[in-house]
Amino acid sequence: MSLLQLSSVTADYDGLLALKGISLHANEREVTALLGANGAGKSTTLNVICGLLPARSGQISFAGEDLTNLRADTVVRRGLTQVPEGRLLFDDLTVRDNLILGAYSRMRRESRQQIEHDIAEVVELFPILGEATERRAGTLSGGEQQMLAIARALMSAPRLLLLDEPSSGLAPRAASEVFAKIKTLCERGTSVLLVEQNVSAALKIADRGYVLEVGQIVLEGTSQELLSNRDVQRAYLGKDYEEV
Amino acid sequence: MSLTDQLVQYLVTGVSVGAVYGLVGLGFAIIFNATGVINFAQGEFVMLGGMCAVAFTGLGMPLITAALLSVAVVTAIGLLVERLTIRTLPGASIMTLIIATIGASFVLKGGAKLLWGPEAVILPAFSGHQPLHIGAAGIAPQRVWVMGVVLVSVIGVQLFFKYTLAGKAMQACAINRSAAQLVGININRTVSVSFGLSAALAALGGIVLTPATMMRYSQGATFTLTGFLAAVVGGLGNGIGAVVGGIMLGVLEALAGGFIDILTSSLIHSGYSKAIALAVALLVLWLRPQGLLGRREREAG
Repeated sequence: MSLLQLSSVTADYDGLLALKGISLHANEREVTALLGANGAGKSTTLNVICGLLPARSGQISFAGEDLTNLRADTVVRRGLTQVPEGRLLFDDLTVRDNLILGAYSRMRRESRQQIEHDIAEVVELFPILGEATERRAGTLSGGEQQMLAIARALMSAPRLLLLDEPSSGLAPRAASEVFAKIKTLCERGTSVLLVEQNVSAALKIADRGYVLEVGQIVLEGTSQELLSNRDVQRAYLGKDYEEV
Repeated sequence: MSLTDQLVQYLVTGVSVGAVYGLVGLGFAIIFNATGVINFAQGEFVMLGGMCAVAFTGLGMPLITAALLSVAVVTAIGLLVERLTIRTLPGASIMTLIIATIGASFVLKGGAKLLWGPEAVILPAFSGHQPLHIGAAGIAPQRVWVMGVVLVSVIGVQLFFKYTLAGKAMQACAINRSAAQLVGININRTVSVSFGLSAALAALGGIVLTPATMMRYSQGATFTLTGFLAAVVGGLGNGIGAVVGGIMLGVLEALAGGFIDILTSSLIHSGYSKAIALAVALLVLWLRPQGLLGRREREAG
């Protein structure tokens, strides 16, 4: 079932059109990949969904509700949140404080006990964070920071997680750990919209995907369809793709 | 009185005045962190705190009631300033917003003159005038009040940031606004809290300082400039740095004012004390552009 639906969404930066009528959907309990080169509009798409950038036209709906141009802090209360590119942790605060702030949107309606329970659950999923709860987030390694960024987002108990370049800046081993966690999250019931430049890794864990070029969707299909598409192979997977 | 006693006297005076500069500087830091804006109406909140307290005690209220009510009124004015400047100009440049706060400061100053006239007003000292003695130096008890209230306020603010969710949310906004929004923090509300908190702190400073130095409608600008300098010298955005910077400026001013006659055989007028304090502050910034406790900006690229 379609959880998130974008219909003909356009957006601009100071008049410069960055999205030229994007229509896509992300299904429940699936990983949907959003692929493309730098500047194709992938992060812009996530920012428009999250309310960090206004949509100039079009419609965004989530679980049947209209989400278009809601404020970012309201969007997270509707059940979807973004792990931004570059992680954007609260570097000067501890790992624990980052997790607590991750649950900020739930603080009014849920008990402290429930939040503590969820912190324990998230730490169980990312054991590396359990050993570092009192450390400042800025002192963690790149891989640990990415885990914390995902954990912080999970603390808002989202139905849909938007991930922007989660493997960016990570060593191959840390990146594959992150991808494995994303797959686990999806299996546990959190749907994922994944923006990624590492196309082969993204399509390995994704169910479906879209390819963006200069603000437009040029291809869509299941991961298998995209992996076997000649254009995708040539543009994003390189000549040696046969090995993958 | 020996030179040492004089030194103690000047130090205490300097620390107590500087502590209020530091409190104003702390207010600058709080608002700057939440908005990136320098609120040039900050010193007016000090003036209004003092003036309101005088007005309320004049109506026959006990000091504590008058003080609390003054803090509440000035906090409300702080929130109003935010509503009418920052909130009404969404998308405006930081410079435009700063100029809007300068406009607000003129309005507050003019309003105070209309309400209370041009004369300086004074509050009775909180615990009389019997000086406390350190050696031969006599310390006015009000100076101790000023230092005590500032100390408690600064500790209170630190505890607020460290242990409350609202405080952590404000820090999160200061570190990264987009990330703060993504976890559900309402930026507008955080900005309001920052203005309210800064105004309340400044008002407290004004209330405790008024019995020691009197208060006049036109004094806000002095607090703004010195508080701003305290915040910059301490490292813009660093609250504790602002308090340290403020105390440094206050002490320099008091020492320069006190010793300038003696050291220069009256060649330099003691009225230059502020200029000397400012010159030292500039020297600090020349040697350490990021301020005393500020972090060096990372260069792009």
